[in-house]
Amino acid sequence: MKEEFKVISKFIEEKSRVLDVGCGDGILMEFLSKNKVVDIRGLEISKEKVKKCLSKGLAVIEGDAENDLKQFPDLSFDYVILSQTLQAFMNPEKVIENLLRVGKKVIVTIPNFGHWKVRLDLLFKGEMPVTKNLPYQWYDTPNLHMCTILDFYNFCKNRGINIFKTISLNGQTISDIKRSNLKYKNLISELGIFLLEK
Amino acid sequence: MSNLNQLNSVLIKKTLKLDCGKEISNFPLAYETYGNLNENKDNAILIFHALTGDQYASGINPVTNKEGWWNYAVGPGKPFDTDKFFIICANVIGGCMGSYGPGSIDPLTNKPLGTNFPVITINDMVNAQYNLLDHFKIEKLFAVAGGSMGGMQVLQFVSNFPNKAKVALPIACTASHSAQNIAFNELGRQAIMSDSNWKEGLYNEKSTNPDKGLAVARMAAHITYLSKQGLQEKFGRNLQERSDLKFGFDADFQIESYLRYQGSVFVDRFDANSYLYITRAMDYFDLTKQFGGNLSKAFKNTKTKFFIISFTSDWLYPTSENKDIVIALNAIGADVGFVEIKTDKGHDSFLLDVPDFLSTIKNYLNTTYSNINERRI
Repeated sequence: MKEEFKVISKFIEEKSRVLDVGCGDGILMEFLSKNKVVDIRGLEISKEKVKKCLSKGLAVIEGDAENDLKQFPDLSFDYVILSQTLQAFMNPEKVIENLLRVGKKVIVTIPNFGHWKVRLDLLFKGEMPVTKNLPYQWYDTPNLHMCTILDFYNFCKNRGINIFKTISLNGQTISDIKRSNLKYKNLISELGIFLLEK
Repeated sequence: MSNLNQLNSVLIKKTLKLDCGKEISNFPLAYETYGNLNENKDNAILIFHALTGDQYASGINPVTNKEGWWNYAVGPGKPFDTDKFFIICANVIGGCMGSYGPGSIDPLTNKPLGTNFPVITINDMVNAQYNLLDHFKIEKLFAVAGGSMGGMQVLQFVSNFPNKAKVALPIACTASHSAQNIAFNELGRQAIMSDSNWKEGLYNEKSTNPDKGLAVARMAAHITYLSKQGLQEKFGRNLQERSDLKFGFDADFQIESYLRYQGSVFVDRFDANSYLYITRAMDYFDLTKQFGGNLSKAFKNTKTKFFIISFTSDWLYPTSENKDIVIALNAIGADVGFVEIKTDKGHDSFLLDVPDFLSTIKNYLNTTYSNINERRI
């Protein structure tokens, strides 16, 4: 999703140190390396994807965010990115805690389970929703902890996590999420992008 | 063996102070090179060999007439592409392929040094090989690389000379030799030293050779280089050229015959005293201790890009020990990549045809080389 990368790239200042957690094939890492002068590292659980990243010369280590984030010292990165991975963790709360420890700022993007298509699927079909951003069946999904933009907003508020900025992505449309339009954006956004600080 | 004096070798005149306190100078370091050094002198890679390797990483070893030890990785179009890179590989000091070692002649007595050769360390090996940069007038290497003991040398090299290699590839190694590894090395040394032909290390003088001890040392070590699954799949309980058990102690099983063969060919190419000295150097290797228990300090201020590789079935230098190096590097924000390659070929994987491993290194080196040249980092 190019728009997501553009938003993330806008959040990040030049010459900063960035860690991409769950960096996959390294597409976002490459995008940021090309568009910003950044010192970027990646952490990825899949051997195949790590090999792809290393083949591209990217500094990626094979590891699991739930166990391997602890090796990074406090505030050792200016930005830590978690792109559409939070829902796949056994313990997302602990992961967020660790991200906020390692990074001065944290960027989290979540596929929004509050999107109207998702709501309608369940309401009318009575089946677990299968959409473009959530293409899995209930039995083979890696997504253990789905949430909505509103859920994640409340999650941060309850833990005293500062939300600097929240962006809504709906197709090609990028817009700001504010307190006043939160419920509406929670209905129309496919993706929520949060910029956080401890 | 053909005459070792005819091999490429540089005489190191500078005094080298060894970790044991002794000093050596005017000693030979045998080396081999592959490919060509380019005009900018920015394409040189120094490869470090493992315990029983030598300078012949590629092509045909002129002394043994066998293929070089890293033939899968070094050569034209291979990961360490000799069409592109200038590869240097030296025989470690303590070795037996032309570098200064226990087989070298003591000018005072005109006899081989034997156990009068000083005990050397990985640090000593690396400091000796550093002289090759002067010899080839190379300001900075593109990369240093090696597996097993070669990987330990990579770590020590970057620690000693933080600004002399752009890329470091320590493969299947450790920053601190484990008790299990010391134990296996001790088993090998005891096998050699309890062979009556060892003669306190003076076997050359007495025209004997502790072949049996050295062969047993090799057999034991060879088992540690393979995985249980690999052995089971390759040999199982297959019998060696017989249809039934013979109720004796001949090699009934294929695995026995294989190990005996590995032992017997090894003694033709390797020196027993070198085996003692080099295994000792591995045992003494503890980079963490060298830096007061904090491995990160070994790499302080390094700008080198690290790529660390381990293998799933390597129980001799397991992933956990390789990962300790990754963790230490991450703690200081160093540039580090790491992957564990899936294979059932055990510790020996780095020497064998493991396509995933070879292709990842090839792509990594090529991309990194062009990235560095484009951005002039």
